[in-house]
Amino acid sequence: MSAGSPKLRARELAVGTSREQVVVETLSRTQIVMYAGASGDFNPIHHDEPFATGGAGYPSVFAHGMLTMGLTGRLLTDWLGDGVLRSFGVRFVRQVWPGDTLTARGTVTAVEADGRVAIELVTTNQRGEPVVAGEAVAQLPA
Amino acid sequence: MADFEFPVDRTAILNFAAALGETNPIYWDEEHAKATPLGGVIAPPTFAVASALWNPEAGLRGIRQIPARQVPPGEADAGRAGSRSGGGGSARLLHGEQRFEYHQPLRAGMRLRVSSRPGRSWEKEGKRGGKLRFRETITELRDEEGVLVVTATSVGIVTEKAVEG
Repeated sequence: MSAGSPKLRARELAVGTSREQVVVETLSRTQIVMYAGASGDFNPIHHDEPFATGGAGYPSVFAHGMLTMGLTGRLLTDWLGDGVLRSFGVRFVRQVWPGDTLTARGTVTAVEADGRVAIELVTTNQRGEPVVAGEAVAQLPA
Repeated sequence: MADFEFPVDRTAILNFAAALGETNPIYWDEEHAKATPLGGVIAPPTFAVASALWNPEAGLRGIRQIPARQVPPGEADAGRAGSRSGGGGSARLLHGEQRFEYHQPLRAGMRLRVSSRPGRSWEKEGKRGGKLRFRETITELRDEEGVLVVTATSVGIVTEKAVEG
């Protein structure tokens, strides 16, 4: 496995070290549509307002869970570097609506001697409600 | 779920990175990327899902013709749209969890082979959405030599009624 392009060494991190980043401000419908096109997920629940609010019974369209995960991934790559992740997983807790502002936060839960680092993740909306929660493992230089 | 090819081109990575509001040039600037230890343009961590654009079996996807909306707005039937495979929508199919394991960087220019298989499935009584059915799908993306690049595990949830966050 490639060592990637790390931004820091594992020894610069400790259990409890955390980082927070606003990953989207006032999410636009345009960005949701861009994500539909780029990801190939054209479920109309994410872009077709009459479909979402009609029989489907939602207050409006909402973002793809994978858009929120992708935005959360920006915290990891901006913090740790490129090509250093070994795993990244999330649970989708709550929908993300147009107009939401999301803040991703990562907290180090383990630092191994070989440079392997475990991170706990939570992304919250402007009301402080979690929208995704998860974890990631990165391989950094020791 | 038949295997299919997913050729990774720079434009697809650029579009995906732009949709995430990315500012990191590793995703589009070849000169910058070549100067990093990675030696070239790579894709963002969640990019493997864009293989859907090349999946001939996926409903609502790229190379399959997008169907005209089968469910007019307000029609009572719309809530059952999720049960129609490849139909006009899936209001009741939610994405519950997603996990990626990374085996090597996903690079521009790769010609990936994508294969999916069902994983575990289980049921649970939900608080807000009635009975919930969980289905796991495991997708492997391999390079031309057959070496794993990314393993993606997705958990879909089929709900009985709309769930609001």
